[in-house]
Amino acid sequence: MCRDYIAIFYKKRNNISVVRAASFKGEKNGDNIIRGKTGRTLKLLVVNVCKIGGTSLEIKRFLKDICEAPGVSGYEEYVAKVVRAAFCSHVDEVRQDRMGNVVFLKKGSSSAERRPRILLAAHMDEIGLMVTKIEEGGFLRFSAVGGIDPRTIVGQEVILYGREKLPGVIGVKPPHLVPAEELGKGHKMEDLHIDIALTEERVRKLVSVGDLALIRRELIQLAGNTVAAKAMDDRAGVAVLLSCLQELERLRHEADVYAVATVQEEVGVRGAAMATYGIVPDLGIAVDVTHGEMPGVLEHEACKLGKGPGITVGPNIHTKISEEIIRVAKEYRLPYQLEAFPGPTGTDARAIQVTRGGIPTGLLSIPLRYMHTSVELLDMDDLKLSGRLLAYFIASVDLEFVEGLSCC
Amino acid sequence: MKELLKKLSETYGPSGREAQIARLIREEIKDYVDETYTDNMGNLYAVKKGNGAKIMVAAHMDEIGMIVTHLDDKGFLRFSNVGGLSPHVLLGQRVIFANGSQGTIGMEKLEELNKLTLEKLFIDIGATTKEEASKYVKVGDIATYHREVAVVGNRMIGKAMDNRAGCAVLVKAIQELAITDNEVYAVFTSQEEVGLRGSRVSTYRINPDLGLAVDVTMVGDTPEAPTMSVSLGKGPTVKIKDASVICHPRLKEMLSEIAEKNEIPYQYEVLTAGGTDAGAIHLTKEGIPAGVISIPCRYVHTPGEMVDLEDLEHALKLLKAFLSAPLEMREIFPCHLE
Amino acid sequence: MLLKRLSEASGASGDEGEVRSLLKEELALHAEEVTTDALGNLYFKKGIGSKPRVMVVAHMDEVGLMVVGYEKSGLLRVAKVGSIDDRVLASKVVAIGKDRVPGVIGAKAVHLQKPDERTKAIKIDNLYIDLGVRSQEEAEKLVKIGDYGTFTVTAREAGDNCLIGKAFDNRAGCAVLAELLKEEFALELNAVFTVQEEVGLRGAGVAAYRLHPDLALVIETTAAADVVGSKESAYVTKLGDGPALTLMDSTYIAPQQIVDLVVETAEKLNIPYQFRRLTTAGTDAGIISQTHAGILSAVISIPCRYIHSPASIINLDDWQNTLRLARGILNAVAEGGLRLEGTA
Repeated sequence: MCRDYIAIFYKKRNNISVVRAASFKGEKNGDNIIRGKTGRTLKLLVVNVCKIGGTSLEIKRFLKDICEAPGVSGYEEYVAKVVRAAFCSHVDEVRQDRMGNVVFLKKGSSSAERRPRILLAAHMDEIGLMVTKIEEGGFLRFSAVGGIDPRTIVGQEVILYGREKLPGVIGVKPPHLVPAEELGKGHKMEDLHIDIALTEERVRKLVSVGDLALIRRELIQLAGNTVAAKAMDDRAGVAVLLSCLQELERLRHEADVYAVATVQEEVGVRGAAMATYGIVPDLGIAVDVTHGEMPGVLEHEACKLGKGPGITVGPNIHTKISEEIIRVAKEYRLPYQLEAFPGPTGTDARAIQVTRGGIPTGLLSIPLRYMHTSVELLDMDDLKLSGRLLAYFIASVDLEFVEGLSCC
Repeated sequence: MKELLKKLSETYGPSGREAQIARLIREEIKDYVDETYTDNMGNLYAVKKGNGAKIMVAAHMDEIGMIVTHLDDKGFLRFSNVGGLSPHVLLGQRVIFANGSQGTIGMEKLEELNKLTLEKLFIDIGATTKEEASKYVKVGDIATYHREVAVVGNRMIGKAMDNRAGCAVLVKAIQELAITDNEVYAVFTSQEEVGLRGSRVSTYRINPDLGLAVDVTMVGDTPEAPTMSVSLGKGPTVKIKDASVICHPRLKEMLSEIAEKNEIPYQYEVLTAGGTDAGAIHLTKEGIPAGVISIPCRYVHTPGEMVDLEDLEHALKLLKAFLSAPLEMREIFPCHLE
Repeated sequence: MLLKRLSEASGASGDEGEVRSLLKEELALHAEEVTTDALGNLYFKKGIGSKPRVMVVAHMDEVGLMVVGYEKSGLLRVAKVGSIDDRVLASKVVAIGKDRVPGVIGAKAVHLQKPDERTKAIKIDNLYIDLGVRSQEEAEKLVKIGDYGTFTVTAREAGDNCLIGKAFDNRAGCAVLAELLKEEFALELNAVFTVQEEVGLRGAGVAAYRLHPDLALVIETTAAADVVGSKESAYVTKLGDGPALTLMDSTYIAPQQIVDLVVETAEKLNIPYQFRRLTTAGTDAGIISQTHAGILSAVISIPCRYIHSPASIINLDDWQNTLRLARGILNAVAEGGLRLEGTA
């Protein structure tokens, strides 16, 4: 039976085994020989054959679960559970530090005394709303945790996490009552309130200052491979880590991989600094989202959807790492886009690079439209491609590569 | 508490030049602890040794001030801010330097008052020439507000209640601390007002299991105040979040539980802007769980800051109860292993 | 002259390679140990094991531009690396990438502008680099996304012992440090040429973490606004008045004993000096002083007019005096002039 294959096999280059991959249509016989349509044959050394896109359903289900899970910066406990449940069968060790970062270790295959240590970071916290005051009538004033444009939350349904999960809305005046000159002005955070339709007395029993609220949003399937949800920034990055770990099960990698679901990125890239301090990796790759093209944004300021991840270059990124990621992408013919950023990026990479004595850092980004709204939108292919590229890069990292990073 | 707070408030100690206030505080606590010392950033440390959890409590002892940048030919002084200063609050204020020289703040002519900036202000120390002025003041000297405290009922008005009120609470807590297994590092930090600098390096030095900051916070109970749920006289606050830190949820729970068990009134605090030492504490090394006990304060960063003495007493009770509670770190902050 | 060569070398934040090579070549023989780290900081060690351990720092990066996109016509879109006033960019010559491809930053001819356009600042979104090609394909052959560009300016003597050039911030500081490294001091001298100061003091913190010195001396270049149209109180520093000691900036307050030592040293050695009168903007000392459990730090700066523009001016007497002052400070420290720990 003719099927699509990605064959993973070893090839020697300079006497070192290097992973290669080829995808082609063919038929496999009992001796693990695949004969392609042109008569070309390949003997599989490692019987790890997968159908293209075979794990995509699992990734999409995980993405739905994780995007819908609550986990505002500083309060990531629930989403951490979702992440742990999905990741733990793919790794050797799991640990959570006192601030909530979850660290997954997938050991490398090298038997040498010292294995290269690679840190992968994707933040699991999301932006949200925090109750600042209970007003007369039971209406709730709030402020943002992380950067939120107040104009994107008006008229939304919310879930308020008080003593119970309470449904509510962010109410606005009906247009009939709005004076003409106000219609042109954007709403300000201080002018908005959450209405949970309870009396003040009941509200005070169920809600405290400091309670959190999130926009109610389920994952939406749009045309083709496009999905939209809240918190894609950066739960999509966490999904990329999962996808990468799955790919790594089919690859041989020398390095120990520390995949970390970090906390508190949205309030100042805080969790990644702490996690990196504890792990002290030889290099670190952050996986985050970047702006996808949309109206009003110049072409060079955004990436295209469906054309693969963005690979960042610039002062925040170690040149040899971005060069190697590009080389790997070209070798396996994986699409990618180049992003130049002239200073410290607004991602975990910013903190990783200057931890302790300095860590060589890279950044991979998934193109995303409408960042920091509840309808963040991306192409699932970009997500899978990012996971694959990351895995192949990890497989190419050996001690020699790591040692070369400290020389300039 | 009243006498202590008066002494602390009226002592000179702007960011970077905290030696005088550090000396005063050290006198107050040295007989109650095992060790005191300072570091090269001016932090004052007081250690009560123990075998249990290592707790750091920080109260910043620096206040905001004005640093002299230029002496002009007529003896007037130009200055810049040390910490957050509002030019409108400075108009006509009395100021004082480390050596006791005093002055008043004047302003150039200005059509629209809402365009007032620090560049339009100057300090007048009564000198008539540059030479005369330089006998008393030089470039780099820092002035602070000059104000004696006033006691009004149960409340006290004075300058630098931010954060001498916090220092008073911490000093008393050290003096009255019960026997406990916990190892307590009380740090009177420097340079908080200019960027949480003292607490950053002192936390690194100590590397505690957890950290607490004692500071003041703003209130929302004055006429047409910006939205804030904290009121004066309703008890100390357990801070949930400000711009520099999201307090560890476990610590917030612990402080709430201890307050309720000991029948101490308390409030929850969410601040949209502003930061405290906890912001630097929690980001140290691998991350340190941090929380804040705040003292409500009106008119912050003016010379008329107002605190409620009962709020201070309750903050003291809460702090003492927290410091002597047995802390099983592994139970409170488990690291899951699967 | 090393200072001229350093000024003309290209090294925007993140792309300091050329400056690094130049310094390595010039100074390797003067140190016991030469290393670099993952960010590209360059370390020279001398007097290994002596006490105290001193770190003398000068950042080698300059402000510049980065290619972020192409127009179909072949013009390049750029972003600023570090802080540059948009208004100094119009009508300048730059060199891009490792091959130093020449380009010009054009601006719309004044004849073609509407009256109200002429009074507004030309913003970076409206500035392009022109390589002289006719299409995007041609441009892509010459430069890549992510390539760095710096101003093309030849350093030249002018006026009363002054120098005109670009990047005196902080190649002038690097030149002072280079000279210091050639001398002998009775302490462990770590001369560190740091990276990425202009984009957030990124290299210095990492370097301080690695070295863990007892003291850090930062040699910088700072603004001199002593020109017509400025009030005297806003000069920041004056050209010709000597090296400037920082009392306070946005990241750092000089401890009293540092101020005392520097003033005492300058007066004893008859070196003219001034105070930096601005309390905003930061230097490597800010991050160094807050590394580990706190590191005692000092900042002295060479005054420079028109800093962060392609046509800056420094006074070579100021440069010499900064070198003399740094030397004096190091000798004073070697003789025990500073209390390096806190008090018990």
